[in-house]
Amino acid sequence: MTNKPDNTIPRTVPIQSATFSNPVNAEIRRAAATGIYDIRGGGSKRKVPHFDDLLFLGASISRYPLEGYREKCETKVTLGTRFASKPIELDIPITIAGMSFGSLSGGAKEALGRGATMAGTSTTTGDGGMTEEERGHSNKLIYQYLPSRYGMNPDDLRRCDAIEIVVGQGAKPGGGGMLLGQKISDRVAEMRNLPKGIDQRSACRHPDWTGPDDLEIKILELREITNWEKPIYVKIGGARPYFDTTLAIKAGADVVVLDGMQGGTAATQDVFIENVGQPILACIRQAVEALQELDMHRKVQLVVSGGIRGGADVAKALALGADAVAIGTGALIALGDNDPRWEDEYQKLGTTAGAYDDWHEGNDPAGITTQTPELMKRFDPVEGGRRLSNYLKVMTLEAQTIARACGKNHVHNLEPEDLVALTLEAAAMARIPLSGTDWWPGKPGTNF
Amino acid sequence: MQSFDLETEGLRKLNVSLHAQSNDTNQTAWEITNPKGSHAIAVGLDAPIEVTVLGPTGYYCGGMNKQATVHVKGSAGPGVAENMMSGKVVIDGDASQYAGATAHGGLLVIKGNASSRCGISMKGVDIVVHGNIGHMSAFMAQSGNLVVLGDAGDALGDSLYEANLFVRGTVKSLGADCIKKDMRPEHLEILKCLLAEAEADAKPEEFTRYGSARKLYNFDVDNASAY
Ligand SMILES: Cc1cc2nc3c(=O)[nH]c(=O)nc-3n(C[C@H](O)[C@H](O)[C@H](O)COP(=O)(O)O)c2cc1C
Repeated sequence: MTNKPDNTIPRTVPIQSATFSNPVNAEIRRAAATGIYDIRGGGSKRKVPHFDDLLFLGASISRYPLEGYREKCETKVTLGTRFASKPIELDIPITIAGMSFGSLSGGAKEALGRGATMAGTSTTTGDGGMTEEERGHSNKLIYQYLPSRYGMNPDDLRRCDAIEIVVGQGAKPGGGGMLLGQKISDRVAEMRNLPKGIDQRSACRHPDWTGPDDLEIKILELREITNWEKPIYVKIGGARPYFDTTLAIKAGADVVVLDGMQGGTAATQDVFIENVGQPILACIRQAVEALQELDMHRKVQLVVSGGIRGGADVAKALALGADAVAIGTGALIALGDNDPRWEDEYQKLGTTAGAYDDWHEGNDPAGITTQTPELMKRFDPVEGGRRLSNYLKVMTLEAQTIARACGKNHVHNLEPEDLVALTLEAAAMARIPLSGTDWWPGKPGTNF
Repeated sequence: MQSFDLETEGLRKLNVSLHAQSNDTNQTAWEITNPKGSHAIAVGLDAPIEVTVLGPTGYYCGGMNKQATVHVKGSAGPGVAENMMSGKVVIDGDASQYAGATAHGGLLVIKGNASSRCGISMKGVDIVVHGNIGHMSAFMAQSGNLVVLGDAGDALGDSLYEANLFVRGTVKSLGADCIKKDMRPEHLEILKCLLAEAEADAKPEEFTRYGSARKLYNFDVDNASAY
């Protein structure tokens, strides 16, 4: 007798586990085969509450709008007005975030400088030191002071326009840097004073200070070296923004740079990127609260980053109380990163345009996150700079469009009262009323 | 000799005066009185001048030094000569944590003891300590030479790269990837010069050399516990 399936009985369909999903299982298999965690570039890929969950109200009978193209809507911003004798004056409230030479090619750094300069804004060095390409092409250059101190030297301190002490990054608050051997070319190795081809670990903590009291003395030292001319920024990851902002102000910062979990990185463990730190939406109001309590809002400037893509994000960040934003990933995409024109090559690398994140391997088809000369040749810094400048200008126009619609003659006049939230989560995190109500979870005086 | 009373004239004026000196200055000798543990004394210098500090200093004395000689006739607080590029910093007394941190060049001499993390992340500097050094010294040290006439604390040279560590006394424990190495003629030569420059009374042959086993240079899952 044969056991024939009885086609008359309905069968259960195959159901994939939501917990052990295919990507999760693939990662388990990868871990089992290699014994090493997944390292990648970019920011958090999971969906978290974000600026998309906020809307502007626009004008109405009680708020009248400004005429587009006729009535001015200013975008200028000055950073570092607290102690520095030479604050940074920018035409637009969008800056280029610190991205290391090593993770990016010299040509990509040049393009960032060119684009930022054309658009009237600043760019920032990164781990690995200052390159000539970048200094030469950046009208305003912020010099990062990182735990690794790779390439750190007093001459570059004196020729930068501001100093950014990096305490943390949104993608990895509490984590150091990584630059794997494939990307350690002769030039990168020399700048970092390390042998070629080895995996470089950048320290996660500064070697010569710990805690807010030391930081205050470190800031004093940097000011003394640079004659109190240059603004000192302190960059923090979205870990404890209320306390960190308070402590940075106490330590004497001119500017606080706050980076949320969506913020990109050159290379870090995926587990770190996806599980440590908070979304930028949840961080801004906490930082602004700290500034306001110390009567430092608009005196110590707040620059926020992490997943800023367009002018609407800029306008929302400013409305929540930031003075400016910084962009990393968006700038790289404008330069040509993850462009579908390289799809064939992404396929060969086992990925697809938009998902390519193995920047640490140095095989970037677009020639941006690489140190390989043949790939670097594909990238034209002049063209890249022009594209970045266009993108920055579009973002600015978009932010102005929204600000005018809300009746503001300066983008800084945008305020929380111009916003509503689409979800309860966003309402609670951004302290903005849920659309259609005058309430958010945790609003003072309410019982929720 | 230029004399400067830090207590009455203040830190800002001191560093401005020192920064005003150029390569061909004739005001080459400076004496600072009443330092009283102040921070950031003589930082960011860039001229061939000699600065003598009469008393103890706070954090970061001689930080980022280029060309100058800074001589502290007392003890130094944390981060003395941090990120020095060239020149010389001499401490007659003891030095606190992170002495010579990340320094790229020049010579740091500590006539007393140095605390923990001496030479952390050093990037080419030469450091000579006449006494002992504390734990985690030469952590992630990249290049340069650390010479210790006394003993070293726990986890010496943890995760170090290409720096040479020379210890005359005992080493409480070695950090990850740090091993004892052969002393070759070129190392004896380096030691001879550094000991002479640092006015240290010791013979090169009395030292043991430590350096990187280079096992952590590229990730290997079998070394996972050491990361
Ligand atoms: C390729 C790359 C390299 C980076 N390198 C650094 C760095 O060296 N130092 C640093 O503080 N942040 C670094 N970051 C983080 C950025 O400064 C910034 O915080 C982040 O990119 C902002 O978020 P966004 O990418 O979503 O715009 C890097 C980011 C990227 C994408």
